[in-house]
Amino acid sequence: MTDFFGVPLPALLGQLLLGLVNGSFYAMLSLGLAVIFGMLNIINFAHGALYMMGAFLAWMGLEYFGINYWAMLLIAPLIVGVFGLVIERLLLQWLYKLDHLYGLLLTFGLTLVIEGVFRSFFGVGGQPYAAPEALSGATNLGFMILPNYRAWVVVASLVVCLGVWVLIEKTSLGATLRAGTENPKLVQAFGVNVPRLVTLTYAGGVALAGFAGVLAAPILQVNALMGSNLIIVVFAVVVIGGMGSILGSILTGLGLGVVEGLTKVFYPEASNTVVFVVMALVLLVRPAGLFGKEK
Amino acid sequence: MNKKPLGYGALFIAIALLPFLGVYPIFAMKVMCYALFACAFNLLIGFTGLLSFGHAAFLGAAAYAAGHAMKVWGFPPLVGIAFGTLMAAVAGLVFGLLAIRRSGIYFSMITLALAQMLFFYFLQAPFTGGEDGLQSVPRGSLLGINLESDSALYYLVLAIFIFGFWLIYRTVHSPFGQVLTSIRENEARATSLGYDAARFKLMAFVLSAALAGLAGATKTLVLGFATLTDAIWTTSGLVILMTLVGGMGTMVGPIVGALVIIALENKIGDLGQWLASLTGIQWFGGLGESVSLVTGLIFIVCVLAFRRGLVGEAGALWERVRKT
Repeated sequence: MTDFFGVPLPALLGQLLLGLVNGSFYAMLSLGLAVIFGMLNIINFAHGALYMMGAFLAWMGLEYFGINYWAMLLIAPLIVGVFGLVIERLLLQWLYKLDHLYGLLLTFGLTLVIEGVFRSFFGVGGQPYAAPEALSGATNLGFMILPNYRAWVVVASLVVCLGVWVLIEKTSLGATLRAGTENPKLVQAFGVNVPRLVTLTYAGGVALAGFAGVLAAPILQVNALMGSNLIIVVFAVVVIGGMGSILGSILTGLGLGVVEGLTKVFYPEASNTVVFVVMALVLLVRPAGLFGKEK
Repeated sequence: MNKKPLGYGALFIAIALLPFLGVYPIFAMKVMCYALFACAFNLLIGFTGLLSFGHAAFLGAAAYAAGHAMKVWGFPPLVGIAFGTLMAAVAGLVFGLLAIRRSGIYFSMITLALAQMLFFYFLQAPFTGGEDGLQSVPRGSLLGINLESDSALYYLVLAIFIFGFWLIYRTVHSPFGQVLTSIRENEARATSLGYDAARFKLMAFVLSAALAGLAGATKTLVLGFATLTDAIWTTSGLVILMTLVGGMGTMVGPIVGALVIIALENKIGDLGQWLASLTGIQWFGGLGESVSLVTGLIFIVCVLAFRRGLVGEAGALWERVRKT
């Protein structure tokens, strides 16, 4: 058996893969946060709660209606997106002229409400959700045993992230969106319905969180608090990467997932805190973040 | 104009008389600790314009440090509290040095992340007792007076509270406080006038952290325990809510807010039972278990319709009445 600094290679690769899985969740969530912040100037604290909602919807679909994983992978983000639409029209649209911090506070309150509702119905215990038949089991690659579902999560999130990148950087809708981020008044003067663009951006961003939630359901236990533990780490990821660049968000998310996975192998006590330590170091060396621009 | 100190004096005398009016002293002491915590937080958000989302870290750090010093090292109560406050100030200095490198919304995210880091440390460190927390911290005695008696402790806590409030009042109404306000209003202008904004922000941050620590250490003395609840991110949210409900940037707002929120937390179970019996919907009966649902709703309502808070709205109303 090959060893790598005293750690058997399969164990190391297993943790690396797990790190990549976590990293893809960081990437998808920080991507959504960045897009929403660009358009709405709001840091969406509720992103974690909406990710949790996506996971719960997947579980509820199977439990109550017998809808399978593949269908929920489409339906759950749609429901979360529509819910986002309602949030934006009902609550967030009144805050755009105020200080950024009110957006953070309102979405924080929203997080407490959403979590409170799920807690009052399902408690804080985890609900198990089985991976779909086609992806259960593992493939032996010779040098490691690859659990199929984990591989699928990494591939699916990479495809989605790159899809979002293409949408924003390479299509005319994306060009309008970027222009709206830059100067909403001017874009409005050109006849673009900016408020509708803002609403759709929010809905799209949170649908991405819902999608991540469905992907996470078979790996992590579905429980009411799964989102808030994640969102704080994602905030640190956003501070490290800076919110200026889409590809930057994706790379930072994946990279930090890998760093976390490696820490779990070599120094497990610090695996919870390593992302925050990296954040502190980045703040010392490059305060604007790895991909951010100094104002 | 100079009637204000008189008003504060009346407020403190009223608080001093509360135990004689049948108010449960432990409850009143808990409210004072959280009121000081909220006042310390308000020094940042209300008078410097910085939203810290990690203030529970200072409350928790001081609670654990003071509790450990009093229980394991046998420190007398005041020395234990001073030690806890010092530890919170040190944590505040480290957090502050990192967080002031970014401004606005990033500042909030950084403080939240750093506080979470400290939370994980408390979860794993041997001296905190993990999930159980640090239990049965002795109250000891001060100048020969045994603090195990609630009424003796009550006046010590009141004295600490008045000291903390006085310090914040003096800070806000000093030239230093004027500079902080100018940074809140227009940082670029303050810098152009020759003030080192970063240094002033850091000083305000450390002072706020130390006072939050004073509140946390005193709370350990009152309740006899320090747990992870003191350091968790929802507690950081709770102090924001107290300040928001009472009124950001007012002197007494955070005190009112702390009273309202603590009373609500205590009574919410009863309220739920009452609603359940009134409407026949069983779900309300479990409201006591999901306090966060109610606090979240209050958050949303406050941000949308009520940004000046109770004291701020009352002040605005008073101004309008006086003008007509």
